[in-house]
Amino acid sequence: MKLDSKIPQGPMAEKWSNYKANQKLVNPANKRKLDIIVVGTGLAGASAAASFGEMGFNVKNFTIQDSPRRAHSIAAQGGINAAKNYPNDGDSIHRLFYDTVKGGDYRAREANVHRLAEVSNDIIDQCVAQGVPFAREYGGLLDNRSFGGAQVSRTFYAKGQTGQQLLIGAYQALMRQVNAGTVDLYTRTEIVDIVMVDGKARGVIARDLVTGEFQRHFGHAVVLATGGYGNAFFLSTNAMGSNGSAAIKAYQKGAAFANPCFAQIHPTCIPVHGEFQSKLTLMSESLRNDGRIWVPKKKEDAEAIRAGKLKPTQIAEENRDYYLERRYPAFGNLVPRDVASRAAKERCDAGFGVGATGLAVYLDFKSAIERLGEDAIRARYGNLFQMYEKIVDDNPYETPMMIYPAIHYTMGGIWVDYELQTTVPGLFAAGEANFSDHGANRLGASALMQGLADGYFVLPYTIQNYLADDISTPRMTGDEKEFVDAENEAKAKFEKLLAIKGNRSVDSIHKELGLVMWDFVGMARKKEGLEQAIEKIAAIKKEFYSNVRIPGSGEGMNVELEKASRLADFIEIGDLMARDALHREESCGGHFREEYQTEEGEAQRQDDKFTYAGCWEYQGEDKAPVMHKEELTFEVVKVAQRNYK
Amino acid sequence: MENNISLTLKVWRQNGPKEKGRFETYKLEKVSTDSSFLEMMDILNEQLINDGNEPVAFDHDCREGICGMCSLYINGRPHGPDDDVTTCQLHMRKFKDGETITIEPWRSAGFPVIKDLIVNRNAFDTIIAAGGYTSVSTGGVPDANAIPIPKVDADEAMDAASCIGCGACVATCKNGSAMLFVSAKVSHLALLPQGKVEAARRAKNMVAKMDELGFGNCTNTGACEVECPKGVSISNIARLNREFLKAKLQD
Amino acid sequence: MSTIFGSSIGRKLLMSLSGLFLVVFLIIHLSINLLLLVPDGGQMFNVAANFMALPLIKYGLQPVLFAGFIVHIIYAAILTAQNNKARGSAKYASGNNTKDVMWASKNMFVLGLTVSAFLVVHLIDYWVPLQITHAAESITIDGVEMHNTYALVNAAFAESWRVILYVIGALGLTIHLTHGFWSAFQTLGLSNNIWRKRWTVIGIAFAWIVGLGFSLIAILQFAFYQ
Repeated sequence: MKLDSKIPQGPMAEKWSNYKANQKLVNPANKRKLDIIVVGTGLAGASAAASFGEMGFNVKNFTIQDSPRRAHSIAAQGGINAAKNYPNDGDSIHRLFYDTVKGGDYRAREANVHRLAEVSNDIIDQCVAQGVPFAREYGGLLDNRSFGGAQVSRTFYAKGQTGQQLLIGAYQALMRQVNAGTVDLYTRTEIVDIVMVDGKARGVIARDLVTGEFQRHFGHAVVLATGGYGNAFFLSTNAMGSNGSAAIKAYQKGAAFANPCFAQIHPTCIPVHGEFQSKLTLMSESLRNDGRIWVPKKKEDAEAIRAGKLKPTQIAEENRDYYLERRYPAFGNLVPRDVASRAAKERCDAGFGVGATGLAVYLDFKSAIERLGEDAIRARYGNLFQMYEKIVDDNPYETPMMIYPAIHYTMGGIWVDYELQTTVPGLFAAGEANFSDHGANRLGASALMQGLADGYFVLPYTIQNYLADDISTPRMTGDEKEFVDAENEAKAKFEKLLAIKGNRSVDSIHKELGLVMWDFVGMARKKEGLEQAIEKIAAIKKEFYSNVRIPGSGEGMNVELEKASRLADFIEIGDLMARDALHREESCGGHFREEYQTEEGEAQRQDDKFTYAGCWEYQGEDKAPVMHKEELTFEVVKVAQRNYK
Repeated sequence: MENNISLTLKVWRQNGPKEKGRFETYKLEKVSTDSSFLEMMDILNEQLINDGNEPVAFDHDCREGICGMCSLYINGRPHGPDDDVTTCQLHMRKFKDGETITIEPWRSAGFPVIKDLIVNRNAFDTIIAAGGYTSVSTGGVPDANAIPIPKVDADEAMDAASCIGCGACVATCKNGSAMLFVSAKVSHLALLPQGKVEAARRAKNMVAKMDELGFGNCTNTGACEVECPKGVSISNIARLNREFLKAKLQD
Repeated sequence: MSTIFGSSIGRKLLMSLSGLFLVVFLIIHLSINLLLLVPDGGQMFNVAANFMALPLIKYGLQPVLFAGFIVHIIYAAILTAQNNKARGSAKYASGNNTKDVMWASKNMFVLGLTVSAFLVVHLIDYWVPLQITHAAESITIDGVEMHNTYALVNAAFAESWRVILYVIGALGLTIHLTHGFWSAFQTLGLSNNIWRKRWTVIGIAFAWIVGLGFSLIAILQFAFYQ
């Protein structure tokens, strides 16, 4: 496998301009002859499909939901970063680029990140033109806030629903193209395989989730914008339908899967309450701007709280351990997500956790309410407090919130070059689905930025460079052998699942996988644990293929069948994550290996050995994958140990 | 405080769009009051699968009240007996031990049933496609701060734009009207200078599509706004009427 | 313009405009009827009521008024039929438990039928003898011969069953108006978060003034003017 990142020549700040100046283009008459398949309708997928349609390509856009507007991008609360420097506080493209590379713990590709920072400003302009109702000042200009420990205020937001508003902007642009006839929308339709013709991606096999019928679709190129694979953990902040299946299909067709172990754990989620919990709810990171995180200083207090004998409000100030402020005086409660998450786990593991399970810490607004008044806090976080109260039945104005880390975002994903093309020619990946610009850790408010950058401003250029060579490739009908074979293969997989007729529900096996992932491939990993995890996952796989029970048939809607086929792929992803985590003998970003930490418990990178992206190549059913390296070189950014003290 | 309750569920079951449906009754023991309503449905499905039956199909996704996927008409109310929540945010502490809960799909000619509790809401997408956007293509737009927008307008646009497209407004409306949904989109864009350019065309096209798809005529009962999980106000409907009549009178 | 009344909002516009037109009629009607309470043996009332006999009113405005009623009633029927169709054939087994919705707003058609039924009785009682058969007796006031409308009314309200019927009709109208009044302005687009509250208050006040006004006149006529 050859990993050619295709980074353009020239100084960092000129690479993207140089690329655009020299790339191949497709003229308008030829665009009409070219078909592009876009899988997914989140920020990356909808923005890409809409942009391709506007340019004159024929687009087929697929979503598993009933509407493009349901994609999980919609749930992002906080905001979107851009280097506009409207507040005049010293921001610039270079600073956004630098912060993103540093925040990613120096495991991202510099050229991609710089391009991301460059187009960030265009995204805001585009969204405003679409009618995204960003928050404004009384003067009528856009408001910015600081987010996730950035030293500048560069985050644009629309109440606590920024993801929703950006997605609706992209969705509206998409529906405009549907109306214009340039985009064919396939809702409640899932991609079950990618069709390869002469070594290139030329289409997909889709399954209509309502009728259960299989469909063959041709495209000169295929774009996967299918999001992350955090649901391998069963419990995560992802939506119930979020899955990694398209990514796994790509991987099995020869696309390298990069850095699968880089998963972000978000520190401020509502803790798990019971065994039937289906998902974890995120509370916006912005809460950390005013909330103070603590656990009791004395173990006996923590035990009394867990037993329900003591209330948090009864713990005197001097008996509280504001551990983030204690450990990181410079950043305090605003340390990056990975640091905050690990610190919470450390306290809970040491026996200071609160809540019935002992797996929670307090996020306290008492001092903020004293300082600013309850009304000010209500104005800032009212909707979040209400959401918390609905779920937990506790009033956060009176008693501190309980939070605990949860899986939130996956930085790893399908490996792509500078053009967002995978190692399979004609197959592209965008948004969270690719291994992205976030390295080993993503900064707050950067996911929305990356999704839209890929869809609006990167793919519309780079895909032309590929398609320019395809203008005389005729459309295929879908009756070619490759398509028929792929469909038969996909059908066989579904029939195999239906034929198992075992005793266990899909969810019960998924939960088992999730527990293994959380215990061994979660916030803190170590060699023995990861080795165990690989064995356990293999056992779960065996259990799944021999004992899963899927009621009903392949005809008509069958939700359990959908879930089973996704779980089969999550099992592959879980294995891949464990393997990657095992091989990466360092701690960086979202990946923390207990063997590699400083005396104070901080993450320790091994730059001399691991300054690369680990890219896994599929070798076939039940064969161990092979790892290839894309070495990362840093021309501009000075690699240093992150320090938030 | 956590408690366990037992429930009797009357659930609408329907195998397919053309099939005849019926209510099935299920008993469920020891449901934690800390569970969400959909987690309760998960427990029911786990029980059904373990008993060798087909689970109940229902729409859901984000489970945090923003994607608009979950529906369910519970005990006479869309999204159940709590205010300002979607079904996924409804918790079992709202129910009493031994209670019988009736669970139905959205009922409206515009939302045909696909299976069990799942309905087809594609009509909403079709209405948006008829004009719920600004006709700007990617690139070549002015700087985001080129046009100042009064904060009150931006905030009001945001309130209208917070619609999640769940369809509770249609489900509860005795007229099966989609006016709250359409008016939220028309208002969101009409309040902003970027959207004003096409305001007349948009109002006409979206209303025409809404009528064509067979949604009913609004009689201002206001039930939609009571059941809207995002509290979208029917003052948006007044604005839509204004925009539409203005547009028609200018023709 | 051509297609405006073919749209849902256009149909509602007709309901709104015809409704507001009828509201104006109610104001005039009530103002004249209040003269029934002037203890002058019906003289002022008869003079005021006689304007109905003017050719301009009889042949000019009266048909417009009828048209207003007919548009309002026919479109109510069309809208109700369309809305029933849009609601779909499958009904909710668990009914509707949505709170904070005005009862009147969900029962406008039924209330409208009640008012219409009353209207028929009302027309037979007064409009037919005064305008068609001219069976009502005559009286001459200040040299002008006219129907003694007062006598007709006074005689009618001597019967308790009719008073009860008229009170029921007036209350039906009241409830109809509690929703209809503000709704008309909402449909015209002349409403927002502030004005909606104002229109509702004005509408409810107006509805009760009209309803209690007509009822009181009937009751007082029965009790004190015989």
